[in-house]
Amino acid sequence: MAHADSTHAPTDKYYVPHSSPWPIVGSIALFTTVMGASLLLNDAGSGPLVFTLGLVLLAIMFAGWFGDVIKESEARVYNQAVDRSFRMGMMWFIFSEVMFFSAFFGALFYARQYSVPWLGGEGSKFFTNYLLWRDFEASWPTNGPAAVGGDFEVIPAFGLPAINTAILLTSGVTITIAHHALKAGNRMLLNVFLAATFLLGYLFVYLQAHEYIEAYRELNLTLGSGIYGSTFFMLTGFHGFHVTVGAIMLTVIWLRCLKGHFTPTNHFAFEAVAWYWHFVDVVWLALFVFVYWL
Amino acid sequence: MSTVHTHVDTHVHDAHDHGPAKGWRRWVFATNHKDIGTMYLLFSLAMFFVGGVMALIIRAELFQPGLQLVDPMFFNSMTTMHALVMIFGAVMPAFVGLANWMIPLQIGAPDMALPRMNNFSFWILPFAFTLLLSTLFVEGGAPASGWTMYPPLSLQTGPAFPMSIFAIHLMGASSIMGAINVIVTIMNMRAPGMTLLKMPLFTWGWLITAYLIIAVMPVLAGAVTMLLTDHFFGTTFFSAAGGGDPVMYQHIFWFFGHPEVYIMILPAFGVISEIIPTFSRKRLFGYDAMVYAIASIAFLSFIVWAHHMFTVGMPLAGQMFFMLATMLIAVPTGVKVFNWAATMYKGSLTFEPPMLFALAFVFLFTIGGFSGLMLAIAPADFQYHDTYFVVAHFHYVLVPGAVFAIMAAVYFWLPKWTGRMYNMKLAKTHFWLSAIFVNVLFFPQHFLGLAGMPRRIPDYSTQFADWNMVSSIGAFGFGFAQILFLIVILQSIRGRSGVKATDKVWDDGMPQGLEWTLSSPPPYHSFEVAPEVK
Amino acid sequence: MLKILKYVAAAIAAGLPAGAAFAAWEVNMPVGVTELSREIHGLHMLIFWVCVVIAVLVFSVMIYSIVKFRRSKGAVPATWDHSTKVEVVWTVIPIAILVGMAVPAAETLIKIEDMRDSELTVKVTGYQWQWHYDYLDKGVSFFSRLDRKSDAARQLRSGIDPRTVENYLLEVDNRFVVPVDTKVRVLLTSGDVVHAWWVPEFGLKKDAFPGFITELWFRATRTGVFRGQCAELCGYDHGFMPIVVEVKSKEDFEAWLQEQQATTGTPAAQTAAAPATSQLETDAALTVARAE
Ligand code: HEA
Ligand code: HEA
Ligand code: CUA
Ligand SMILES: [Cu+2]
Repeated sequence: MAHADSTHAPTDKYYVPHSSPWPIVGSIALFTTVMGASLLLNDAGSGPLVFTLGLVLLAIMFAGWFGDVIKESEARVYNQAVDRSFRMGMMWFIFSEVMFFSAFFGALFYARQYSVPWLGGEGSKFFTNYLLWRDFEASWPTNGPAAVGGDFEVIPAFGLPAINTAILLTSGVTITIAHHALKAGNRMLLNVFLAATFLLGYLFVYLQAHEYIEAYRELNLTLGSGIYGSTFFMLTGFHGFHVTVGAIMLTVIWLRCLKGHFTPTNHFAFEAVAWYWHFVDVVWLALFVFVYWL
Repeated sequence: MSTVHTHVDTHVHDAHDHGPAKGWRRWVFATNHKDIGTMYLLFSLAMFFVGGVMALIIRAELFQPGLQLVDPMFFNSMTTMHALVMIFGAVMPAFVGLANWMIPLQIGAPDMALPRMNNFSFWILPFAFTLLLSTLFVEGGAPASGWTMYPPLSLQTGPAFPMSIFAIHLMGASSIMGAINVIVTIMNMRAPGMTLLKMPLFTWGWLITAYLIIAVMPVLAGAVTMLLTDHFFGTTFFSAAGGGDPVMYQHIFWFFGHPEVYIMILPAFGVISEIIPTFSRKRLFGYDAMVYAIASIAFLSFIVWAHHMFTVGMPLAGQMFFMLATMLIAVPTGVKVFNWAATMYKGSLTFEPPMLFALAFVFLFTIGGFSGLMLAIAPADFQYHDTYFVVAHFHYVLVPGAVFAIMAAVYFWLPKWTGRMYNMKLAKTHFWLSAIFVNVLFFPQHFLGLAGMPRRIPDYSTQFADWNMVSSIGAFGFGFAQILFLIVILQSIRGRSGVKATDKVWDDGMPQGLEWTLSSPPPYHSFEVAPEVK
Repeated sequence: MLKILKYVAAAIAAGLPAGAAFAAWEVNMPVGVTELSREIHGLHMLIFWVCVVIAVLVFSVMIYSIVKFRRSKGAVPATWDHSTKVEVVWTVIPIAILVGMAVPAAETLIKIEDMRDSELTVKVTGYQWQWHYDYLDKGVSFFSRLDRKSDAARQLRSGIDPRTVENYLLEVDNRFVVPVDTKVRVLLTSGDVVHAWWVPEFGLKKDAFPGFITELWFRATRTGVFRGQCAELCGYDHGFMPIVVEVKSKEDFEAWLQEQQATTGTPAAQTAAAPATSQLETDAALTVARAE
C-alpha cells in the first residue's frame, strides 16, 4: 500500500495499489472451478473435489480482494476520481450482464417468432412441416414437434410469479428507502430496510425454488421440456442465480453498515449493490411479461 | 487531432516513488499498466507462434492432394484451434497489451483506472489457454467443429467439449474486464484539457472497440452456454425436435462474431492513423471524420451479422436487409482509406519499419475489404460461401490487416518501451519477407475459392493442387519471416542493439501526443502529475 | 452506365476462361450452366471490376505519394489537414456506386428465391457422410457416396497417387440424375449435422439442417456431368462427400427413371431405411406449394 500512507497521499492523487496477490488467486480459482466442472460433466471421479476446491478458492479470493478494498476505502485512500472509476466500472459490468441476458431473451423471441411457427409450416417453410413434422401445429408454449420431455403444464403468471413480482418490486422500494436513510444519516432506518431488502430477496429465491420443485414434480415442466422448458429454466435460472448473488452482496453490505461503514456522501459499495439489485429487478419484470405472462 | 501543447515535467520523481517489485512478484502481482501491457504482448507473441504452428500443419497437409500427414479429425482440430488461438490468444491480447501500454501515456494518466482488475484480466488468459490447449491431449481430441462451433456438429465433441466451452467463458471474462478498464480509464482519467476530440486515434479506436467487446462477448458466453446445456442438460435450443433451431445458434453466434472481427480491426485503424501522419510529417487528414467513421463502422457492425448466413435459407427480406447493411460498411471504411491516402499526399515521407507495415496495411487491408464487399453481394455469396475465397478474404483483413498493424505498432513504440532503437535493417528484412510471402500465401486462395475449393477440408481434388502448393510455400516463407520479428524484439529487450532512443524517438518525424513527452523508457508511474493539455 | 459495365464484365469474363487450357491454374468462378449461375457470375464480375477500378484509383494516389513526396527528394509537407468538400465527395460517390451495385444484386436475389412452377421435386438429405436423393413424386430414391477408387486413395498414407485417380474426390457411386431444361426444386434436409449442397456450375449453395427443410432450384441448360462438394463442415469426412449431377436429355431422363422404378433391386433397395413418402400425398402437397 505504497501510496496509502496519508502523509504522502494527497487526496488528489489517483490511488494505484502497488501489488496484489488476489488476481492470481482468482485466476487459479477460476481455472480450478471450471476444470472441476469439466471433470464433473465428463463424469470423472475427481470432479466434485476439484470443483469444490475451486469454489473455496473463489470464496477466499473474493473475501481477500474485497477485504483489501474495504480496508483501503475505510482508510480513505480513494479520492473522487477513484470513486468515479468504480462507478463506471460497475455500470459497464451491469451492462455486460444485460447483454448476457439478451442472448437468452433473443433465443426466446427467436423460438416464438421464427422456429416454432416455421416448424408449423409457416412462411417459406411449408415443406418443413409437411415432410418432416406433419402433425405439428405451432403454438406456445410448446416442447416442439417431437414433444420432447413429454406433456407438461406451465406455471400460470398470476400465481406465485405475480407474488414474486410483488416481492421484488417491494424490495426495490425498501432498498431505496435504505439508501435515503443512509444519505440522511439515519443508521437505524438504514439497517432495518436493508435487512428487509435482502430478506425479501431470500424469500424470492425460496419461492422460486418451491416453484421449480412443483414444476418438476407436478407439472412435468423440466429443463428438458423442449424449447419452452429450455428458455423458461435458463432465463429464470440465471435470474434466480443473480438474485442469490445480489442478496448475498446485500447481506455483506448490511454487515458493513452494522459495523458503521459508509458515510452519507461516500458509499459506493452500497450504491453498486443497489444498482445491481435494480438490474435484477428489471430483468425479472421482463421475465414476468415475456416468460410467464404473454 | 488538433495540436497538443504540453507542460509536463515528468522527469522529476518524488523521492518516495516506488519502482517495480523485485523478481516474480513484479509480474504475478502486477498492477502497473506497463508491466501488464508487457505481459499481454509477450503472451500474445507466444500464442501467435502456437497458432502459426497449427496453421503450418494445415498448410503442410494441404501442400499436395492426398492425406500425407494427419488424420482428418486432427486436421479439423487444427483449423478450429488455429482460429481460436489466433483470435483470442494472439490478436485480441496484443491489442489489449498495446492499450495497456499506450492509453495511459496518450491521455496523461498515472495508470489504468482499475489496476488490480487489469492484472486479473491478464492472468486469466494463460489459464484459459492452458485449458483450451490441453484438449489436444484428451480422449477424442480437441474440438474440431470450426471456431464457429455450429451445432449439432459441435455437440458431437467428446470430453474436450466442456473444457473448450469453459475456456471460452474465461477468455470472455478476461476481455470484458479488459474492456471495462479501457472505457473507465479513457472516460475518467484524461488529463485536464484532453477533450474527447483531442484524443489520439489509437485511444479512440480502442474506446469504441471496448464498447463492442462489452456488448458482444456476453452474447458469445450465452451462445456457448446454450451449447453446453443442449449437450449435457437436455435443453433443445438448437434442436428442431424440441422447437429450437440450429440456425438460431448461428444468429446468436454471429451477433457476436461480426462485431468481433471489427474488434480486431478498429484498434488497428487507430494504430495506422498514428503512424501515417508521423512518417508523412503532416497532420492526419480529417481527424473528426476518422472518429465518426470508426463510430459508424461500430454501429453498423451490429446489424450485419447474417451476411455469414446467406445460405441458411433466411426469408428474402432478411437476405436483402443484411446484404444492403453490409455493403454500407464500405462507406465509412472508404473514408478511412481515402483519408490515409490524403494524409500521405503532399507529405514528406520516410519509410521506417512502422511506416512500411502501415503502408502494407492500407494496400492489403483494402484488398481484403474489397473481397469482403464481394462477399456481401448475397447472390454471389451463394458461390463464395464456405470456400477458400472467404478464407482469403478474412486472412487479408486479419494478417496483413490486424497482424501487420500490431507489428507496425510494436516497431513504432518499441523504442519508447525499451529506451533503445532496434535493428532497423533486420526489421526491414522482416517487413519485406512478410509483405511478399503473405501475398504468396493468401492471394492464390482467392483463385482456389472461386474455382470451387471448399474450406475446412484436409484433402482436395487434383485440380486445386497447384495453387495450394503455392499457398503452402508462401505459408512457410511467411512463418520463417516471423522468426526475424522474434529476433528483433528479443535483441531490443536485451538492449543489444545500441542506440539510445530519444524522448520523441522519431525525432524528425512528427509524432504527436503525450506519450512522446515522456522519457524513453517512460517512468514507472506514467503521469503522476497530470499534464495540462491545451 | 450499368449496362456498359455489364458488357465490359461479360467481355472480360469471356476472356478469362481462355486460359482454361491450364485448367489446374484456374483463377475464376465458372460461368455455369444455369440462368442463375450466369447472372451470379455477371454480378461477381461486375463487383470485381468496380473494386478493381476503385483500387487502381486509390492505389495510384498512394503510389504517386510514395514516389513523389519523399523526404529524400526534399518534399516539404503541406499544412492543410482537412477539406469538408472532398470528404463529402468521397462519402457520396461510394454510396452511389453501392446503390448501383445493389439493384442488380437484389433483382437476382428475388429470382433465386422464386420457387414457383417447379417441374421436378427432389428431397435431398445429408448424412455423415453421404447424400440421399428422393424423387418425391416418382418413388425413386437412393444413397450417393464417395466412389471407391477415390475412397481408397484418400486414406491416410494410402500410397496411391491421387493424380492417378480420375475425378479424385469428385466421383460418387450413384449420380443424381436430372433432365435438362427443367426447373428442378431441391428440398434439403439432414439426418444429423449441418451439411450444404453445392454444385458450382449451378451457382447455388444451400445449407441442409436436421429438422428443417431449405430449398433451392436450378434449371440446367445443357446436358453433362457437374460436380460439387458438401460445403459445410460436417465432421470427420466432410471433405469426402461429393455431389455429382448428371443432366440428361428429357427422354434419357425418362428412360433412366423407368429403369430405376423397374429395377427396385439397385440402388433403391439400399434405401429401405429411408422413409418413403407416399406418392399421392406428395403430389397433393406439391400442388398446394406451387399454387402459393
Ligand atoms: C478484421 C477482420 C475483418 C474485417 C475488417 C472484415 C471486413 C468485411 N467483411 Fe469480413 N470476415 C472476417 C473478418 C473481417 N471482415 C472473417 C474472420 C470472416 C469469416 C468468418 C468465418 O466464417 O470463419 C469474414 C467473412 C465475411 C463474410 C461472410 C462470407 C461467407 O462466409 O460467405 C462477409 C459477407 O458479407 C464479409 C464481408 C465483409 C465486409 C463487407 C467487410 C467490410 O468491412 C470491408 C470494408 C472495406 C472496403 C470495402 C475497402 C476499402 C473501401 C474503399 C476503398 C471505399 C470504396 C469502396 C467501394 C464503394 C466499393 N466478411
Ligand atoms: C487473427 C487471426 C488469424 C491469423 C493471424 C491467421 C494466420 C494464418 N492462417 Fe488462419 N484462420 C483464421 C484466423 C487467422 N489465421 C480463422 C478465423 C480461420 C477459420 C477457422 C475455421 O474455419 O474455423 C483460419 C483458417 C485458416 C486456414 C483454412 C483452414 C481450413 O479451412 O481448413 C488456413 C489454410 O491455409 C489458414 C492459414 C493461416 C496461415 C498460414 C497463417 C499465417 O499468417 C501464420 C503465420 C505464423 C506462423 C507461421 C508462426 C510463426 C513462425 C514459426 C512458428 C516458426 C517456424 C516456421 C517455419 C519452420 C517456417 N488459416
Ligand atoms: Cu457434409 Cu460437409
Ligand atoms: Cu462479418
